[in-house]
Amino acid sequence: MAEAHAAPAAQLAAHRDDQASKMGMWLFLFTEILLFGGLFLLYASYRAKYPQAFHAGGQALDLVLGATNTVILITSSLTVALSITALRRGQTVRCLWLLAFTVACAATFMLNKGIEWGAKFHHGLIPGSEHMARLPQGQSIFYGLYFAMTGLHGLHVVIGASVLLWVMLLIRRSKITGDDYAVLENAGLYWHIVDMVWIYLFPLFYLIA
Amino acid sequence: MEHTAQDPHERPFFAPSGKGGLASWIFSTDHKRIGLLYLGLIMLMFSVAVVLGLLLRLKLMTPGNTLLTPQQYNAIFTLHGVIMVFMVVIPSIPASFGNIFLPLHIGANDVSFPRLNNFSWWLYVTGLVLALVSIFTGNGPPDTGWTFYVPFSEHTTTNVSIAVIAVFVLGFSSILTGLNFITTVHRLRTPGMTWRKLPLFVWSLYATGWIQVLATPILGITALLIFSERVLHLGLFDPGRGGDPLLYQHLFWIYSHPAVYIMILPAMGVISEIIPVFSRKPVFGYNMIAFSSLAIAFAGSLVWAHHMFTSGMSDNAVLLFSFLTFVVAIPSAIKVFNWLSTMYKGSISLDPPLLFSLGFILMFSIGGLTGLVLGSAGTDIHVHDTYFVVAHFHYVIFGGTGLGMFAAMHYWFPKVFGRMYDHTRAFWSFWIILLGMNVLYFPMFVMGLQGMPRRYYDYLPQYAPLQMVSTWGSWILAVGLILMFHNLYRGCRYGPVATKNPWGGATLEWTLPTPLPAEAFYGDPVAPEPYDYKGVNPDG
Ligand SMILES: [Cu+2]
Repeated sequence: MAEAHAAPAAQLAAHRDDQASKMGMWLFLFTEILLFGGLFLLYASYRAKYPQAFHAGGQALDLVLGATNTVILITSSLTVALSITALRRGQTVRCLWLLAFTVACAATFMLNKGIEWGAKFHHGLIPGSEHMARLPQGQSIFYGLYFAMTGLHGLHVVIGASVLLWVMLLIRRSKITGDDYAVLENAGLYWHIVDMVWIYLFPLFYLIA
Repeated sequence: MEHTAQDPHERPFFAPSGKGGLASWIFSTDHKRIGLLYLGLIMLMFSVAVVLGLLLRLKLMTPGNTLLTPQQYNAIFTLHGVIMVFMVVIPSIPASFGNIFLPLHIGANDVSFPRLNNFSWWLYVTGLVLALVSIFTGNGPPDTGWTFYVPFSEHTTTNVSIAVIAVFVLGFSSILTGLNFITTVHRLRTPGMTWRKLPLFVWSLYATGWIQVLATPILGITALLIFSERVLHLGLFDPGRGGDPLLYQHLFWIYSHPAVYIMILPAMGVISEIIPVFSRKPVFGYNMIAFSSLAIAFAGSLVWAHHMFTSGMSDNAVLLFSFLTFVVAIPSAIKVFNWLSTMYKGSISLDPPLLFSLGFILMFSIGGLTGLVLGSAGTDIHVHDTYFVVAHFHYVIFGGTGLGMFAAMHYWFPKVFGRMYDHTRAFWSFWIILLGMNVLYFPMFVMGLQGMPRRYYDYLPQYAPLQMVSTWGSWILAVGLILMFHNLYRGCRYGPVATKNPWGGATLEWTLPTPLPAEAFYGDPVAPEPYDYKGVNPDG
């Protein structure tokens, strides 16, 4: 920024420490897992307290949409990984297409999520609504957790996709290249975490029935 | 580099290089400038919270409806707590002196992620601004206490929503600082700086960094949950809908107990630096001090529910958490014994930094031992939520971290500002502060044992004499603080020019020019034995 950072390129290269940036990213990913960890803790307690309600709640969720979204996210994780390989081999265009596909997956995921939430809202399952309040105790908690956890996850999908878009821009401007791809790798790691959290959310909400 | 008149290895880091001005500070990626920015803001917030504390004491000097309305009183103790905890004590030593000296201690010219460092300062500023907004908008400042306990925090009409978002942002800032420090310690040690040659201050910041990274996210989700409970009405903690308020308390303390080690460990690191320098003896039990920092970080994350002994938790849980709480006292005691053994038969010079460190040991020991009264389940039932708790944590946090921070200020002052403060005044300010703290907080132990509940607006006449004494103590303390800050201010404006190594420290920062230059090291410095004082002498 404004400071004495008009350093010559050679000096900047000497300061580059890809291992440090990867380490920083892993630490950050820990914090993301722990952020969700708080919610998983709530889930575990309430699940133990209201097993029947959670069973009933799980049955009411749309398994097809959930499974579709799982496939979409896993595929997108694959394409992110492939994009890194592509860039390292100097196939910039291929890399960009793979990233674009990943972002498209993210958009589709969010679209499905929107449809799913929309259906729930349509049935009166709106947080804070009269209908929610009148549900049996455990079910209201189930849906509360469902909205909180998939909502926070959806937020992470949006953030992750935005990061990938930004990375695409950097690649087009040759700020990220086959020799200097730590940023892409870190963005990819972040995307894997987003994917991984969903892999836990899916069985916990959709498959417990 | 720009073509400036002066070599950055000689130009003081705070002197302008070419284009100076505000932007060269607030957008600076230099760890020393960022450290100073933090120090300034932290001290500003400290002053604000001290004034709030004085107001509380003034109200409590007499029973009945005086000076403040109950609502104002609730808001002020909440603000005092929130500001002190999240904006002063959590960032205090790591963000200011840690930022400045952690890289220098390991022979690096900056942290691993300088821009991220600047970003965390901006997050800190954002948190402050949000907190300010929560005070002056909506239905007035939060009145829940700094713990934001449900169900009250879900239902109060005051500005809790914005305040918890401020806490979330401040937590994020703290995480990024911790992450930066951990990576820096792993990646940027100068060749030969093995783990067993790390200054103990670095060890303590390293352990703190792990707590910041591993515990703070839980605070983040807790704050977000309060926010969504209030805004989206998910009902996750609402007993009426099957929620369990106790789970909130668990989540809150899973962060907030480890947080007390974020507060105290860096201060312990400072003390571990100061004691050997002023005893002219290698630190006693280096390995144990370093190891106990990690042990505290680990064991400290397993004791959170000792804040909930009276909450209706199962008896098994109470016994387990009580036992674990006793375990965590061991590494703290190891440190205290090591410091004292370091001083034993040392050639002690009672300069201000050492004096503040001794104050730390005294106050921390009182605070720590009374902590065991609270940690043992039986006695806690009697003193839970009384003034005893208030006295305990003020001894630990103010008497411990606060004095540790002041010790750091007096120790590194000449290195940072290039000038020396007046020692006689520093002595006086120390003794007045120590006296003030004890007059202020010791009566609270007594009142607590007699049953005076914390956070109460009014009290029975039987507590009146001690409440009065405690308020006098707050005035003495205020005088001491004013004297100390005035002395430091005068020192940095008009004090005599400081030498390179006024105390005879053996860590790397004392090999650098005074005041610290913009660029610290030429190449990689040789890693010294940090506590070997042969051939290292105080200047003059
Ligand atoms: Cu605790």
